[in-house]
Amino acid sequence: MVVGFFVLTVILFPFGVGPEPEILSRIAAGILWVTALLAALLSLERLFQADWEDGSLEALALMPLPLEAQVLAKCLAHWLVTGLPLALVAPLLGLLLQLDTAGYPVLVAGLLLGTPTLSLIGAVGASLSLGARRGGVLLSLLVLPLYIPVLIFGVAGIEAAIAGLAARPYLLLLGALLAAALPLAPVAAAAALRQALE
Amino acid sequence: MALHRFANPARFMRLSAAILPWFAAAAAVLLALGVYLALFVAPPDYQQGDDVRIMFVHVPAAWLASFIYLLLALASAVAIIWRHPLADIAAQSAAPLGAAFTALCLVTGSLWGVKMWGTWWVWDARLTSVLVLFFLYLGYIALVNAFDEPTRGARAGAILALVGVVNLPIIKFSVDWWNTLHQKASVFRLGGPTIDPSMLWPLAVMAVGFTFFFATLLLLRMRTALIAAKIRALRLAEIERLRPARAAARQQVLT
Repeated sequence: MVVGFFVLTVILFPFGVGPEPEILSRIAAGILWVTALLAALLSLERLFQADWEDGSLEALALMPLPLEAQVLAKCLAHWLVTGLPLALVAPLLGLLLQLDTAGYPVLVAGLLLGTPTLSLIGAVGASLSLGARRGGVLLSLLVLPLYIPVLIFGVAGIEAAIAGLAARPYLLLLGALLAAALPLAPVAAAAALRQALE
Repeated sequence: MALHRFANPARFMRLSAAILPWFAAAAAVLLALGVYLALFVAPPDYQQGDDVRIMFVHVPAAWLASFIYLLLALASAVAIIWRHPLADIAAQSAAPLGAAFTALCLVTGSLWGVKMWGTWWVWDARLTSVLVLFFLYLGYIALVNAFDEPTRGARAGAILALVGVVNLPIIKFSVDWWNTLHQKASVFRLGGPTIDPSMLWPLAVMAVGFTFFFATLLLLRMRTALIAAKIRALRLAEIERLRPARAAARQQVLT
């Protein structure tokens, strides 16, 4: 479903900017990454919503397993149904957008490294906006500024590879962002869930 | 840590009522002096001429934008860790002021840039990270006001403020870590300021004036928030007081 949104949104761009290969290949990396961001954002609102509404979130909070570990499990589940399929489908869409062949490996590697970070940061936003008025829009406002570094390094890596330069620094930076998000995001999200349950 | 002495809202109201006129006077005097120094005493730049004088608004606004976010994060940390009753109020009062100073910084920067760089905007690391700071402020304000229950919004906002504080070192060091069009630090740097004293002193006066101005507004907003909370409490108490009389009146109508 999220992959469907991803594919359809990417397909809109050639209609919007025109089918000229030079223009499309120039902006292909940016289009793929921005639509991946928006597709990851789509399903974030429901990450904790259903559990909170029917009371299972309280039960989960009372379990012996730490709430941080449960948040991590939720992020993994979210990534498996959004980030991972996006990363696997992205090369096909790169063909549609005339992405330069040198960019494909970095596209997939970058998305594989970057989308878990998106799920983790998104979990923080989802737990903060739990039960808020207009929660979906609020979630986007909270989470998109924090997504920007991942976007910048992801696209810059692809551009570097296309220009023949080393993409390794950008992939390392994406890995660093993931390494920072893995311990910190569950702590923040669990704190937000606890105060939502009070 | 004797901070709990100031936790009493009544004591805060008394203290702030006492120091508010002094802060306001200091702000007025320093801003007036600063504007005079900036416009008439500071020399024109050898390259930019008189256009450099917008620096005396742009740079203090930028310093305050980051400083207020740091204050926001500290108040949020105090609110989460010690549940200090005034910490939430301080954070929520400071946020719109921080957003306003960030907007002022961005707008004055654009005006300066269109003259100096020939462009209203450029996506270099410094401008991008300050724009992200602006959206972090807006996100904080939106989150705090998104809940029907005020305490829920306050707690959620506190967590968000702490998550966003990672942007502050990025803003500060963006000009060193990336090749930016925005110039590097000339004041707060290892090795001391490289800016000429004839410009540094008006800049310092303006910065301190801006800070007193912010402090005055912050105290005013905090006092207003406390008074609003008191009105809410009084209203609720009045409703509770009238409840038996109202119930009796309703019974009379029904029988």
